[in-house]
Amino acid sequence: MNLALRDIRHNLGRFVLTCIGLGLLLGVVLAMVGIYRGLVSEALSLAIAPGADLWVVEEGSQGPFADPSRLPGTAREAIARMAGVERAGSLTYRAGEMVRDVGSIRVFVVGYEPGRIGEPHPIIAGRSISRSRHELVANVTSGLEIGERVGLGRTRFTVVGLTHNKVAFGGDPAVFITLRDSQELQFESRPASARRQAAQGIPAPNSDIVNTVLANVFPGASAAQVVADIRRWKHFGAMVQAEQEALLTHAVVEKVRKQIGLFTTLLVIVSTVIIALIVHTLTLDKLREIATLKLIGAPDRVIVGLIVQQSLAMGITGFAFGASLLVLVKDHFPRRVLMMPEDAMMLAAVVVVVCLLASILGVRLALKVDPATALGG
Amino acid sequence: METAPLIELRSVFKHFGAGDARVEALVDVSLAVAPGTVAGLLGPSGSGKSTLLNVIGCIIEPSAGVVRIDGVTVWDGRWRSGDLRRLRLDKIGFIFQSHNLLPFLTAIENVALAPSLAGRNAEAATARARELLDYLGVGHRGHALPAKLSGGEAQRVAIARALANRPRIILADEPTAALDSQRAGSVLDLLRKVAREHEAAVVVVTHDENIFDRFDTIFQIRDGALIGKN
Repeated sequence: MNLALRDIRHNLGRFVLTCIGLGLLLGVVLAMVGIYRGLVSEALSLAIAPGADLWVVEEGSQGPFADPSRLPGTAREAIARMAGVERAGSLTYRAGEMVRDVGSIRVFVVGYEPGRIGEPHPIIAGRSISRSRHELVANVTSGLEIGERVGLGRTRFTVVGLTHNKVAFGGDPAVFITLRDSQELQFESRPASARRQAAQGIPAPNSDIVNTVLANVFPGASAAQVVADIRRWKHFGAMVQAEQEALLTHAVVEKVRKQIGLFTTLLVIVSTVIIALIVHTLTLDKLREIATLKLIGAPDRVIVGLIVQQSLAMGITGFAFGASLLVLVKDHFPRRVLMMPEDAMMLAAVVVVVCLLASILGVRLALKVDPATALGG
Repeated sequence: METAPLIELRSVFKHFGAGDARVEALVDVSLAVAPGTVAGLLGPSGSGKSTLLNVIGCIIEPSAGVVRIDGVTVWDGRWRSGDLRRLRLDKIGFIFQSHNLLPFLTAIENVALAPSLAGRNAEAATARARELLDYLGVGHRGHALPAKLSGGEAQRVAIARALANRPRIILADEPTAALDSQRAGSVLDLLRKVAREHEAAVVVVTHDENIFDRFDTIFQIRDGALIGKN
């Protein structure tokens, strides 16, 4: 007969309420981990999406996300001609304000060359950009609708397709336009003085500027070798995909990781203290029963089992409640909350360890109970 | 032929504390309780009744003297706490002033707990619990939680639990304190019946003068010393 289970059944209301409270706390822990995962995922989404093998940026820059990077528009041709390079594409990145019929939204504008590397995919609704001008593919979280007309700078664009999982580190949804439109937008956005000079006929600086060139190498070719060649012969900065991801993770996410990691650790410690206090209180409530059990001859393992099993039942039920709750509400968070099975498993293991640690206080108290206290007098 | 006592204490002393704080709880206590006997232990509060019950129940170690339970000398330096626990489980049944049933177990489960702890399988333990509850006239209340039992029913269930492992010794600490005189009398009659039918030695600590006539032997204790035996 399982005493822990019987006691839980007897005090089911109290147990459920305790588990709900604990579950909310553990749900927050899991949410923090999910928010971190979401941040990493979002931060890397634009870097991973093109499926590039290498990134070419301005020499000395660690761009295009962690650093500014400006390359001449001709860079793509130069890279595409290099040995081992299968295909290349130029891209621009910039933040901007998009004007809708009702209000405006912050977006991250990606300019790309249709038909080359850097196209948004998959298209989950509508189609890809098929005209060279004034069409736009938006990330689904932007809330834009197919056929909607929106303003970027002084230009009106038509939303022709939707994609997903393409957001900037700050959480702004990405919108994809052609490189030509993007460069024009950049030109439009120059300071008024520059525009005045252009109007006066003074030659404007070259507007054929891109932020990065992405490239794929032929199967069997070494991306690292191509990167070395680009650095040596083309005087551009270059890095393989893994370096770009590591750079983004380190430069952009590292502090957030530490911040969230510290907060999560604090929450786990708070959870441990709370579980320990709950177990201690539950044990205090049962001192007479424990004394009776000891008096009639129950071995210590029965008493320890009663406390540890209740603690584990509370922790596991609380965790299950917290995790289920998070699954239900995670899509309503303003930023992406990414629940990974391995994180859930890890937290479940931590909860088990925490419950065992938290039981120590209750177990010590129970083992100290004098069986004589069961007798009166 | 005289039967060997199930409980035998020879020159037992027990003190608590040291120096000025030293309290003599038991002073040169010697007694014997034979099988089939119901012995009463009487005395004012603080006289040492509970200490004596704890010594007999192998819960606290005497400072000096010999304690023999069912012919075996305990507290002779060779007993570990696990051995004493097992001795209590197998040979001693406890009945408490306020029944001390586990509130989260039904009557049957409370009674079956002792055989379960002793290693019996669940079916055998439950069968034994049913048998005892029927024997004590509360079989129909087997599935009730202690909170749903009357005082008399709860005490009968507690007696059933005490008997569940067929102990040779039953120690009862004021088992009738919470009962009216009629129920108190019937509980004592029940203990007498158990003592007779199971050849058990029953020691009952009580203040209740109405049940004195139901004891075979009465030990009177004052200031830790036995002052009389009737």
